[in-house]
Order: sequence, then C-alpha cells, then structure tokens
Amino acid sequence: MLDKNGIAQRIAQELEDGYYVNLGIGIPTLVANYIPQGVDVEFQSENGILGMGPFPLEGDEDADLINAGKQTITAMLGAVYFDSATSFAMIRGQHVQLTVLGAMEVSQNGDIANWKIPGRMVKGMGGAMDLVASAENIIVAMMHTNKRGESKLLADCSLPLTGVGCVKKVVTNLATIEITDGAFHLLERAPGVTVDEIVAATAGKLVVPDEVPEMKL
Amino acid sequence: MALNKVVANVEEACAGIQSGMTLMLGGFGLCGIPENSIAQLVKMGVNNLTCISNNAGVDDFGLGLLLQGRQIKKMISSYVGENDEFERQMLSGELEVDLIPQGSLAERCRAGGAGIPAFFTPAGYGTEVGEGKEVREFNGKPHILETALTADYAIVKAWKGDTAGNLIFKATARNFNPMMAMAGKITIAEVEELVPVGELDPNQIHTPGIFVQRIFQGERYEKRIEQRTVRPRA
Repeated sequence: MLDKNGIAQRIAQELEDGYYVNLGIGIPTLVANYIPQGVDVEFQSENGILGMGPFPLEGDEDADLINAGKQTITAMLGAVYFDSATSFAMIRGQHVQLTVLGAMEVSQNGDIANWKIPGRMVKGMGGAMDLVASAENIIVAMMHTNKRGESKLLADCSLPLTGVGCVKKVVTNLATIEITDGAFHLLERAPGVTVDEIVAATAGKLVVPDEVPEMKL
Repeated sequence: MALNKVVANVEEACAGIQSGMTLMLGGFGLCGIPENSIAQLVKMGVNNLTCISNNAGVDDFGLGLLLQGRQIKKMISSYVGENDEFERQMLSGELEVDLIPQGSLAERCRAGGAGIPAFFTPAGYGTEVGEGKEVREFNGKPHILETALTADYAIVKAWKGDTAGNLIFKATARNFNPMMAMAGKITIAEVEELVPVGELDPNQIHTPGIFVQRIFQGERYEKRIEQRTVRPRA
C-alpha cells in the first residue's frame, strides 16, 4: 500500500519532458518532489506564476510571491508572472499539459466531486472547476477509501460535482486506474496490494484484466 | 501632456464610496490587497456593500476587517474558507455569498472592463454553478453563459505607479488587480511607490493609466503572509 508520498511518486512517472503542469493542494503538491531524472517540466500555479520553485529558505520569504495554496514559494530561472485572466487562459485554452488534483469522489464515467459537502461550511471551488472543465489530461491523487472506509470510486458521485466526464486516471494508495467507456480499468496494483483488496474497495464498475502488474516505484 | 490622476491621500481616493455600492477589490488571499483603502472603508463606516474579490481575507486582516464591522452585505468570490467571522455570518444568513469558479471570476471582470457583456465557458457545466444558465455546444462540448461583472469602484494595489495612473505589479501580487482595474466605473490604485511620468518604462507597464482614475501612494504596508512555508537553512 502507498502513503501520500508514494502516490505522488507514482504520478510523477506520468510527467513528460516539456510538460507544463498544474498541481493542486495536498498530495498533488508532493509530485514536485519526484520529477524523474532528465525530465524538464514547469509548474503553473493558477494565482499567476509559471516556473514555480520550492519553498524559500528561511528568511527569504516574500509576501508578494505565493502559490494558489497561499504558501510562500520561489521562482525558478525563466519564471513568469501574469494576471488571473491570463492564468486561466492557459488552463482553459489547454496550454497546460497535465493537471493533478485531489478528490472526495470520482465516478466511473470520470465525474469528480471535490469542493462541497452539503451541510458543512462551503469554502468555494477556487480554480478547480476551470481546471477540470478544460484540462486534456487530469490525474486524480487520492486515498481509495474515505475515513469511514467507504469507497471513493463510485458508479455515481453522491456529492455536488466539480466537473463531468473529465478524469482520465486515478492513482490511489491501492492502485492505478484508468477511466474509459464508463468504467474503471485496473492498470496496476500498489506494492503488496492484491486485486481482491482493490475490487473490495471499489464501489463503481471495475474492469480487471487477467494480468495486473505491481507498480514500479 | 500626460493626465494627472494623483490624489493626495486615501481619504481623497475613497471619497464618494457610499453604502450599498458594489466594489471590486484586488488580491489573492492577502497577497496584493489594497490595505490602505480597506482601512479607509472601515473608517468611513460604509455598509451594505457588495464586494467582488477572490477571497474574503482572514479574521483580522484584509476584507475580514470589513466583515467584523458587518459592512458587507454580499461577497462574490471563488474561495472563502480562511475566516471564522465569515463562516458565522454566512451560516446565520447575515451574509449573502455567490461562489464563482476562479477563472470565470477573472474573465467576468475582464469582460466587464472590455465591453463584452457575456461569454461561454466550459467551467461549471454539469455542476450547480451551471444551473439555470444558458448552455450551448461548441466543438461538441457544452458551455455555459457567464455574464460580465462591473463595479461602482474598483480598488487595486500595485507595486509602482506613475502620476498618469500607469501601473506595474510585483510577482504574484498581480492576480486579479489588472482585470478589476478595467472593470471599475472609478478605479482607485494604491501603490507602494508613486513616481513622476516618464520614470516607468512604457514597455514594462502592466495596466495602462486609462483604466485608473485615482492613484495615491500607500503607507505602512504590512503585507501579511497567510501561509509561511520555508526550507530550513543548512
């Protein structure tokens, strides 16, 4: 079974040389720690930077330089700043090649719910709806089940949707799963996890091939 | 001859703002917010305001200061979670909240300033954001109609500005400021450094002065950091 860092490490294998990438808050942020050798990517943060670097060294933090999670960051050589309309032009215009974000629920036709729980304080969708509506390549990073042990991979989302039919791939603590033709397709098992465990933790329709390789990290 | 947009101070800059008006306020979180003008709005005691701003500040800073005095009737934002007083007023029904996808919020402000009354976007289709909105298919994909936003006053914060109202922003403090500057009937710009015309390189200006009606040099910027994340020095 993978921990959060393991999920990030697996998703980092999806990075290709020359990609512009938007990482959401939480597990997705950790993907930046596992960029494969020889792969050059640039990170976009929707508040207005391309070429986002790591957190600043203590004492170097700048209130004017933050990411979409409002954390202090640094800028890489060649970075560029822009306004919010330009930022979402990059996103909606499909100039960003890969979007990684967290989710509360994903459905077998690629719907995603990650912004609102009825009856609880609603904080807002931020940029998530714009991101999922337009990205060509969306990977969801999340735990396979919620805190009550219930599956987060469902036939239909029960929570209010962030976007419809947009998620192509999900990497969880248990598996790598592709979404096509209205079903989850099991691609890989996490280290030490059996197919039966994945089947048991998946509420939506799961297509299991004869051979399911273990992830290589 | 360059036009002169300079006002003496924040009092003059905010003169004319009245209760019940719609304001746009630049910034993302606490980054790039017009600190001086917000303090002045608190002092003026105007209320019943509709505030269009990506966020709503924290309890004791940014727009949180206006919430404390119950000066805001309605917030139009994309993300508002960082504020206990906000939550209390929202749950008790004192505060109306309209949540908008961040890219749609930016584009609605831009459209408002650019003379485009509405546009179609894929963001929010199939979600509650799209409910009741016109849907049209383009290139086989459904889009929803979003309308432009404008404001009685737009209040923005820039790093440098000149007496003609031309603005340059710093790093990610730019965010919503340029679009909001375009969408205000009257746009107030507060800047960290106000310089004579000719000192800013015309090639480097982000917001042309035509969008700015009043400019002043702000004072005592606190520039509070919301999430201080650092790497330890070895």
